[in-house]
Amino acid sequence: MKTQGEPRYAVGQSVRIAPRTPPVHHRVPSYAKGRVGRIVRVCSEHGLPEAYIRGDGRPFRRLYRVRLAQEQLWEGYAGQPGDTLDLEIFEPWLEPVE
Amino acid sequence: MTSDPSAPHGHEPGHAHGHDHGHGHDHGHGHDEGHGHDHARTFQPDLSEPTSDAALIGVALRRLLLERGLYTAEEERATIQRMAGANPGNGARIAARAWSDPAFRERLLADGAEAIKELGYDLSPLEFTVLENDERLHNVVVCTLCSCYPRALLGQSPAWYKSKNYRARIVREPRTVLAEFGVALPDSVEVRVHDSTAELRYMVLPQRPPGTESLDEAALAALVTRDSLIGTQRDLTPKDPAAH
Repeated sequence: MKTQGEPRYAVGQSVRIAPRTPPVHHRVPSYAKGRVGRIVRVCSEHGLPEAYIRGDGRPFRRLYRVRLAQEQLWEGYAGQPGDTLDLEIFEPWLEPVE
Repeated sequence: MTSDPSAPHGHEPGHAHGHDHGHGHDHGHGHDEGHGHDHARTFQPDLSEPTSDAALIGVALRRLLLERGLYTAEEERATIQRMAGANPGNGARIAARAWSDPAFRERLLADGAEAIKELGYDLSPLEFTVLENDERLHNVVVCTLCSCYPRALLGQSPAWYKSKNYRARIVREPRTVLAEFGVALPDSVEVRVHDSTAELRYMVLPQRPPGTESLDEAALAALVTRDSLIGTQRDLTPKDPAAH
């Protein structure tokens, strides 16, 4: 299951979560779409939920943990400026941010 | 089962009720002959049926899998038994080991899935990830899309973990929700919400309570609660403070 392809992104890199909504099962929460975050961990490769619809999820794709700032995520966020949210996003859902 | 708005007396949709409401039926209770009795209070269908299309598909799929021999009923039973045996005590044991053994703690935080194999747990291919609380950080876990939870390790998740209330609010207003759980967080502590969206499963490593230096691993494990492993509890307290 590990390392079939080189990861496109590295820890610390800024990425945007694609603002797509394909008409199939996918596991990217709406609140995260279009948001910019930072890679905090490069995970293994796993089956893409969209691809499991047609079979075994292959080819497996790289998964990352992405950290978002809560203040940028929610309008009028009532917590503290340093609060964060981490979630898991597959590589095809990430876009580089300069 | 689709609901049938014409079903009389608010009966469960799909319930086959052939009895005559006027007379002669026997529900096994001493009902009044004036027939003003309340079915909603006194009657339950003998057989419950799947209540949704999804439930029906589940029943059909299971039958097909067994029929095709993809697994056996005995394998299914053994799997259910194994999963039913999982409980928060496993997480407590892992936390206590991490508190007692700094090298294990390092391995656990670096690669939880590998480290817990040392204690006999294997969650692969899921990536088991341990999130360590400290004085400046509080971690809390949710699955906003469904109810992902390290069930094979910690057992079934609590009902509130699966509720839309928790799933919607813990990401949006974590401090408010945590306060409702009794977690009072100073502004100086960062709250980090972990949304379990794919192939990772999470467990929080709570802080070791003060005054527990003399405790062995088993005694330490006894202090760890399920909620502290999810992050809806922060401070653990020794069971009997007077003993220390």
